[in-house]
Amino acid sequence: MPHIRVTVDGVSYDDQVEARRLLVHYLREELGKIGTPVGCDTTNCGACTVLMDGHSVKSCSVLACQADGHDVTTVEALAADGDLHPIQRAFHEFHALQCGYCTPGMMMAALDLLRDNPDPSDDEIRQGLEGNMCRCTGYVNIVRAVREAAAAMSETAAAPESEPRATGVPPQMVREQEPAPHAASGGASS
Amino acid sequence: MTMAPESGTDQIGSPRLRKEDARLITGQTEWTDNIRQTGMLHVAFRRSPHAHARIVSVDTSAALQQPGVVAAYSGADFAAEQGSLPCAWPVTEDMLLPDHPPMAVDEVRYVGEAVACVVARDAYAAADALEALDVEFEPLPAVIDMESALAEDSPLVHAGSGQGQGANKAFEWPMASGDVDSAFDGADVVVTRRYHQQRLIPAAMEPRSVVCRPDGDSFTLWSATQVPHIVRLMLAMSTGVPEHKIRVIAPDVGGGFGSKLQVTAEEVLALLLARRLRKPVKWTETRTEGFQTTHHGRDQIQDVSIAADSDGRIRGLKVDLLADMGAYMMLVTPGVPILGAFMFPGIYKMDAYAFHCTGVFTTKMPTDAYRGAGRPEATYAIERIVTELAEEIGMDPMELRRRNWITHEEFPHTGVAGLTYDSGNYEAATDRAVELFDYDGLRAEQRRRRESGDPVQLGIGISTYTEMCGLAPSRVLGQLSYGAGGWENASVRMLPTGKVEVVTGTSPHGQGHVTSWSQIVADRLGVPFEDVEVLHGDTRVAPKGMDTYGSRSLVVGGTAVVEACDRVLDKARRLAAHMMEADEGDLEFSDGRFTVRGTERPSTSMQEVALAAFAAHDLPEGAEASLDADATFDPENFSYPHGTHLCAVEVDTETGDVSLRSYTAVDDVGTVVNPLIVDGQVHGGLAQGIAQALFEEAAYDSDGNLVTSTMADYPVPTAADLPDFTLDRTTTPATTNPLGTKGVGEAGTIASTPAVVGAVVDALRPFGVRDLRMPCTPQRVWRAVAEAREAGRSEGGQR
Ligand code: FES
Ligand code: FES
Repeated sequence: MPHIRVTVDGVSYDDQVEARRLLVHYLREELGKIGTPVGCDTTNCGACTVLMDGHSVKSCSVLACQADGHDVTTVEALAADGDLHPIQRAFHEFHALQCGYCTPGMMMAALDLLRDNPDPSDDEIRQGLEGNMCRCTGYVNIVRAVREAAAAMSETAAAPESEPRATGVPPQMVREQEPAPHAASGGASS
Repeated sequence: MTMAPESGTDQIGSPRLRKEDARLITGQTEWTDNIRQTGMLHVAFRRSPHAHARIVSVDTSAALQQPGVVAAYSGADFAAEQGSLPCAWPVTEDMLLPDHPPMAVDEVRYVGEAVACVVARDAYAAADALEALDVEFEPLPAVIDMESALAEDSPLVHAGSGQGQGANKAFEWPMASGDVDSAFDGADVVVTRRYHQQRLIPAAMEPRSVVCRPDGDSFTLWSATQVPHIVRLMLAMSTGVPEHKIRVIAPDVGGGFGSKLQVTAEEVLALLLARRLRKPVKWTETRTEGFQTTHHGRDQIQDVSIAADSDGRIRGLKVDLLADMGAYMMLVTPGVPILGAFMFPGIYKMDAYAFHCTGVFTTKMPTDAYRGAGRPEATYAIERIVTELAEEIGMDPMELRRRNWITHEEFPHTGVAGLTYDSGNYEAATDRAVELFDYDGLRAEQRRRRESGDPVQLGIGISTYTEMCGLAPSRVLGQLSYGAGGWENASVRMLPTGKVEVVTGTSPHGQGHVTSWSQIVADRLGVPFEDVEVLHGDTRVAPKGMDTYGSRSLVVGGTAVVEACDRVLDKARRLAAHMMEADEGDLEFSDGRFTVRGTERPSTSMQEVALAAFAAHDLPEGAEASLDADATFDPENFSYPHGTHLCAVEVDTETGDVSLRSYTAVDDVGTVVNPLIVDGQVHGGLAQGIAQALFEEAAYDSDGNLVTSTMADYPVPTAADLPDFTLDRTTTPATTNPLGTKGVGEAGTIASTPAVVGAVVDALRPFGVRDLRMPCTPQRVWRAVAEAREAGRSEGGQR
């Protein structure tokens, strides 16, 4: 079995994984990162979107061993100590989720979108989220939330902030993460 | 102990942010697929690759040799104990109700039907071992098209059933009101159309999933279901495990839209496997499995005729419906078109109505409830044909509606289908929509574009819909042969500190009940919104309920909460009077405090009363030591939301491309508890209705393969496919529940499909196009224009 070294939400893991194991299953089943769900088996729905080195990837289309040497951020790292990330706050305040199944993937995709284009038009938001499906909201409030998050984040960015993180996520996208850099070795938690 | 005497009033109607969100936006969720149990085994199903075949043999021996495999079974291995999946709605006494084993034993009747299963220690291992199952099939003829299925020489879907009804006919259900023949004979105009309701895939984002754990002789079953109470009851009835030994939990559920209003083969088998193996088992569908085997929606052929006078007065309506049941009757399969039967006359007055439905078996996945269930189909037919009638007599389609609809002074109104609409104001909603949409301005632009022969034509679609919601009156459901009641239950428990636990029998999956119910309770009991906790979705926590579907939760379940609150308040008032040494009749209650009318005496808060009830040191004679109450509500009537939706599309007549220019929806859903949530429900509903109009179709080929079996082939719209919507509301409260609410979950879906297709057809009218099959894909639109041009040329040639 391939050996991998991967950082997930600020914690590094040294692990053995089955060569064919998908990143999403590794995250969910081995690391207990159940905040990232699976919605399809054809890489169409975007529910499983996470950031890899700051770029969004559909974690059902990446093998766990391909994450070797990379830095993965899931929805579970966005808020810390109950302090929500601006994108989370915007999704909440604009009622951009109903059942919430698409929400982690939607927010991660939106972060990548805003990283490339911090001030997108509604059309650019709609195009940018094309790889993520939501069956509940009709997208209206998602678009609003992303627009508002963009505004909130550019305000934060204008204010003096800490150094950019190694995750490749813009500084305002990352909260202080749990310090414990313990090496886990594949045992399923949760 | 002191209690903060905060006011909780004025919650109803305010856009409170959802309590539910905190977990969902941080990934702290409990989807069924997140549930792990010690020693849990994973189940995978081998499914039929044939639409119709005899099972010759199933050999599990090689699969059992695979690494990690614990067990493998065929349907025959479970034949003695698996029972038949339930159908709770035998619409007629002679309805053909074939046996429906959770795993097929002798014959398969749709692609994806389970024939065997593998149980392994890991999901990957289970999937691998499926390949090693040796199943031999003898193919039988597929039965795909409804009309040929009814032909005398058609192969039979259920050949061995030995019952009446004839070729693949499941039932016939007629209804008539008024003198239909004379309405049609005496009419100046009769317009006849055939509308196809294509088959749809509900496609909730969360795949179905089930986990079952044996606990001694009891079972705990987690399922991604809308209906935990119904699942528990039906599991007990079909497996023989006593009801009180089954606990069903619907944890976080990622959307349903009707597709999780079901008792599925996998739920039954999970319980049987857990019982046989004495281990927890889990199954989660892949998306392809889901598309093939989670029930589908719609799939009807509607032959519709409308008769009217030349001045536009509608006289009568005839509907002849073929409804595709698929291969089996699932929980409410036959009831879906019957619900629709009552809605074809819509908002219009007429003298006579005749309806006839034939349920047809085919070798496809069964159909069942999908957002709106019967009502979108009916609304589509009436809204489309009323517009065609207007065209036929040369009248503006809005004017024709105004001449025929029930005016606001006429409510309550009993229509030709026998339903009594309690309240509504079609004029108000329509006037508002026309204004917001700029109907006149867009019509003027449309004329200009038509005159100039613009290759991009503008079309306007109208839907002045109503629907029946709040599926309930148990008495009426009984008259319609539905197997259960429609009441809903709630209990409200004041805890000693004055916090409140509310237990609801409804089972939300994205609708925000926790927030709305908290608002209701805060208002009624005068406690802070934050002090209310809402419990649901677990048959042990919420033992009584009828679950969530048919826009019933707020109308029926919310009312049960109100009634339980009122009982709590009665108890509290009695105790407060005792505490305050006053007469109950002299007490006033507002903002969560009791005061003695006309005195300066200090007031007593609900929280103080709750603590006194708990301490029970000094209760009035005969009072019990609690501020709890239970209520079950069964309304006397359905509720009838309505509204006017207007849609403008631009159609490129050279490429067939349709783009939504604007969409205005003015809905009257009665009293609104949380406008934020209501708007969200409308948005999502619109997306699904528009998807039927423009994008989605579950297509089978002639061999019965589901061609659209992945999200790559079945175009669920993305953000890039949909516009922003203009929403507004008018409010005529429902008169049949104390909240005055009407239900909103299905409104957007029901209203939007005819508005959008109507708009596309309207854009193409100058070419002579009068109808289009859904979904109106660029290819269909382009072809319709090309054919109309061709026909125009040949007509011209003959002249
Ligand atoms: S689960 Fe990864 S894209 Fe659907
Ligand atoms: S909120 Fe349900 S799928 Fe997006």
